[in-house]
Amino acid sequence: MLKPIGIVNSINGPVVKADEVHSVEMMELVEIGDERLIGEIIELHEDRATIQMYEGTSGLEPGTVIYGTGFPLSVELGPGLIGTIYDGIQRPLQQMHMQTGNFIKRGIKPLPLDQHKCWHFIPLVEAGAYMRQGNIFGIVLETPLFEHQLMIPPQVEGQVEFIQKEGDYTIKETVVRLKAKSGYIDLTMAQKWPVRLPRPYMRRLVPDEPLITGQRVIDTFFPLAKGGTAGIPGGFGTGKTITQHQLSKWCDADIIVYIGCGERGNEMTGVLMDFPKLMDLKRGRPLIERTILIANTSDMPLAAREASIYTGITIAEYYRDMGYDVALMADSTSRWAEALREISGRLEEMPAEEGFPAYLASRLAKFYERAGRVETCCGKTGSVSAICAVSPPGGDFSEPVTQHTKRFVRCFWGLNKELASSRYFPAIHYMDSYSEYIDLIQFWWVQNVDPEWKSLRDEAMKILQEDFKLQQIVKLIGEDALPDNQRLVLEGARLLKNAFLQQSAFDKVDMFTVPQKQFLMLKTILRFYHKARVVLRSHIPFERLRQLPVVNEINRMKDRISNNACEQFEALFQQIDHQMNEIEKECMSVR
Amino acid sequence: MIHPMGKEYVGISKVAGPLLFIEGVKGVSFDELVEIRTRNNEIRHGRVLEVNRSFAMIEVFEGTVGLTISSTRVRFHGKPLQIPVSMDMLGRIFNGLGEPIDGGPPPFYREKRDVNGAPINPVVRDYPEDFIQTGISTIDCMNTLVRGQKLPIFSGSGLPHNELAAQIVRQAKVSSQEDRFAIVFAAMGIKNDAAQMFRKSFEESGAISRVVMFLNLSNDPSIERLVTPRAALTMAEYLAFDLGMHVLVVLTDMTNYCEALREISTSKEEVPSRKGYPGYLYSDLSSIYERAGRIIGCEGSITQIPILTMPNDDITHPIPDLTGFITEGQIVLDRELAKRGVYPPINVLPCLSRLMNDGIGAVKTREDHAHLSNQLYTAYSYVKKVETLASIIGEDELSDQDKRYLDFGRMFEEQFIGQGQHENRSIKETLDLAWDILTTLPKEELIRLTEEEIQKYYPNNGAQECPTG
Repeated sequence: MLKPIGIVNSINGPVVKADEVHSVEMMELVEIGDERLIGEIIELHEDRATIQMYEGTSGLEPGTVIYGTGFPLSVELGPGLIGTIYDGIQRPLQQMHMQTGNFIKRGIKPLPLDQHKCWHFIPLVEAGAYMRQGNIFGIVLETPLFEHQLMIPPQVEGQVEFIQKEGDYTIKETVVRLKAKSGYIDLTMAQKWPVRLPRPYMRRLVPDEPLITGQRVIDTFFPLAKGGTAGIPGGFGTGKTITQHQLSKWCDADIIVYIGCGERGNEMTGVLMDFPKLMDLKRGRPLIERTILIANTSDMPLAAREASIYTGITIAEYYRDMGYDVALMADSTSRWAEALREISGRLEEMPAEEGFPAYLASRLAKFYERAGRVETCCGKTGSVSAICAVSPPGGDFSEPVTQHTKRFVRCFWGLNKELASSRYFPAIHYMDSYSEYIDLIQFWWVQNVDPEWKSLRDEAMKILQEDFKLQQIVKLIGEDALPDNQRLVLEGARLLKNAFLQQSAFDKVDMFTVPQKQFLMLKTILRFYHKARVVLRSHIPFERLRQLPVVNEINRMKDRISNNACEQFEALFQQIDHQMNEIEKECMSVR
Repeated sequence: MIHPMGKEYVGISKVAGPLLFIEGVKGVSFDELVEIRTRNNEIRHGRVLEVNRSFAMIEVFEGTVGLTISSTRVRFHGKPLQIPVSMDMLGRIFNGLGEPIDGGPPPFYREKRDVNGAPINPVVRDYPEDFIQTGISTIDCMNTLVRGQKLPIFSGSGLPHNELAAQIVRQAKVSSQEDRFAIVFAAMGIKNDAAQMFRKSFEESGAISRVVMFLNLSNDPSIERLVTPRAALTMAEYLAFDLGMHVLVVLTDMTNYCEALREISTSKEEVPSRKGYPGYLYSDLSSIYERAGRIIGCEGSITQIPILTMPNDDITHPIPDLTGFITEGQIVLDRELAKRGVYPPINVLPCLSRLMNDGIGAVKTREDHAHLSNQLYTAYSYVKKVETLASIIGEDELSDQDKRYLDFGRMFEEQFIGQGQHENRSIKETLDLAWDILTTLPKEELIRLTEEEIQKYYPNNGAQECPTG
């Protein structure tokens, strides 16, 4: 299978140049020397080739033989992906640990999927059926509640000649034999797909269903649709990782693909420790049973970091093709862009902005376009939502990666340093952020929650905007100097910020809020605001309003009223009405 | 000195800055260690940075001054730079390349290790969650350090970062088991005085026999600095993961390290990224910082306290910026506070400890810890807003509420942030002090604390009121 295709000429970090190169394809995976270090051909020029290496190159010598594998960088797809943690080129880290111990060594290639594990296969078709790409021929229960649909691989079709009976098989065994034009094709439960190529689907659908995340600032103010794209930029310490962890814990996707791309090792450890313990709200099973982790931490080889997001999105697309909603988290695309930059620099390419290669924008665009809500080849509806952190240097959003990301995502959650430093989380700033999905998904809210949703949301947003403007004045003259109606705007905004937008990731009740409760919380605050506006007309001192006991109740409703006790809001409404009426009466009688 | 095998080449083709180029070499591998012998038989060391079939580019750690084209001899070692590791090295002082400079004999060792180390497999990392009491209120209460964390100090020239680091090392020692504790100290381009200060502090606390020092001082060759932190961390990994010790690593000053990296990068004529630093500064720094942590099944741990001086006190400068993206938080020193005589001048607002939430709470510290810390943050950041307002409209024009906040701010800075260089506060003292200071504010303002916490910990339940103004 492996044949020599060239000789190493020079080595410069992760970039190896080869000469005497023959019979090799662009993007083909190669292995170098006796250690069989893995690399990928990224440039061909006559008999010379440039290779980006997925492993460290220390100790590599010019003159070493290079072997071709005949395949581009691919991932193996099949039952056994869920719950596994892979590196950037889909090597299972648990297996690597067993082979080489606590530290990652070079030149080992454990297979991505467990070759010996038996899966219980249930056939869904019979001999004689004609199958096309994406058609489902059987199912396997991958985790106790997750059905893995076995699909005919892309570009394969034919008549079922033979299919195994229900029973336990490994992924090496043939389960289906197709009779195609070209001859017989044996299929196992696993298939391969090159990571840099999007998997096929029938057609794209409009993303009009929200991805419910339980995070109020996201669901209510800047919602993401299933199949949508979102960017989370923020300087260090603003909470990108916590936000992504929150989303992967609570969002209502079926599968989570979490890519730790050039980030901290301990963060992946945190996920590995937390996820088996936390329960999925929908299924009541540990979260790890719907999660696939890809960890290429910052100290692991750079080129594998570049590959990691493609590995991740290919796995996501595979589950999408079965008709599932997949959410992909990438933390962080800046590290991926930096890997591109470093490799580009070593290739001595002409740099564009800040040393990044000119093709940064097109690579980002291609990646984000792989997200989407589609009708799959088997006629089901599936989606891949991409939620990507961006780490702008110095927290400055004008840098190239943030700017290009903004062009290709439709949801932008800008994290703010000031909010973070006063421990106001999630530090998603309501003035910097936007979502283009609001109009698409409002019908879902109308149908499932309340017809008033959009108007309440817009009004709350208006209060926040007005507050933002007023704060400029407050900075100069202080709050007390403003007229009462403007102070009420500030008070309304304060309630929105403290009682609604701020959400603790660590409080048992507050960490996840169902849409119904989100709506009622918003309604409570706006009810207070409206009532107060009326009451203020009868010249009640503003301080009296702020001192109402119900203000404290509103501030604490997020952790006092649990998700399944939404009826308690009725009492809160009455309290608001009652206390407002009381002070109004009181003031009248004094006069 | 042992002379390993390997061909020796006489004569080189080019010297430029810290780089040496040699042609016509065979069998040279990437990243291998090189021994260079000058005309006067002086031995220097270097590393292969780029190699092809006919030439090799070598960075020379000790500098290229005095090298000649014709009579320089170069010998390739066939393996990357390694340093010996052993228990025998505790209490010793080495140069930046790991050679003894305290006048003692070469240490006894059984094993040599590659200074570059290898990435820890994420699946075997153990989540850091053991509280380390540093005795410094702003750290213990608001930016808790845990065992296995990497928590840098962002400082500026002339600020007491060295004193603070020495105090942390001195006081953090107390809470851990004496016999399984070690300190690895790596100095990169710092002044001799600062190195002496650390040494004296280690001696005073009686820890000197458990310290390994790697010193590359400001008058030592700058390229050697690229090896110093790696040598130190190789030693630390041996102590922590082979011998099961809790190792505290102090790396100072990372700014000098980054500058040496920039020097090499420009000599190689690489495409620069921000401020002339190479595009791989992030990856390079993470290959140092990520060598902290705990491993499942190993007793020991590596806790890192890197120190860096922010050029021009600018936290958005690439060095602090990229560091902050890799480390698990940061402690930021502030010139303004230092000028007012507050020690340690820690400006808590930009500070952060990412691992804090896992290291605190009912069992580890106290159940009110997390909320109390958040409350201090919320209140103090409001103080900063009020101070800006007061500087425009005057303090007298502020509302009573805002005046109370100003009082809170003053007490917080003087009593809570401020403490003595030898004052070692227990976590209980720190938390109680925080509650005391919060009494300046009315209870209704304490929205980050739960009612039960206020009930339980608010001193005298708010009976006394502090005078305003």
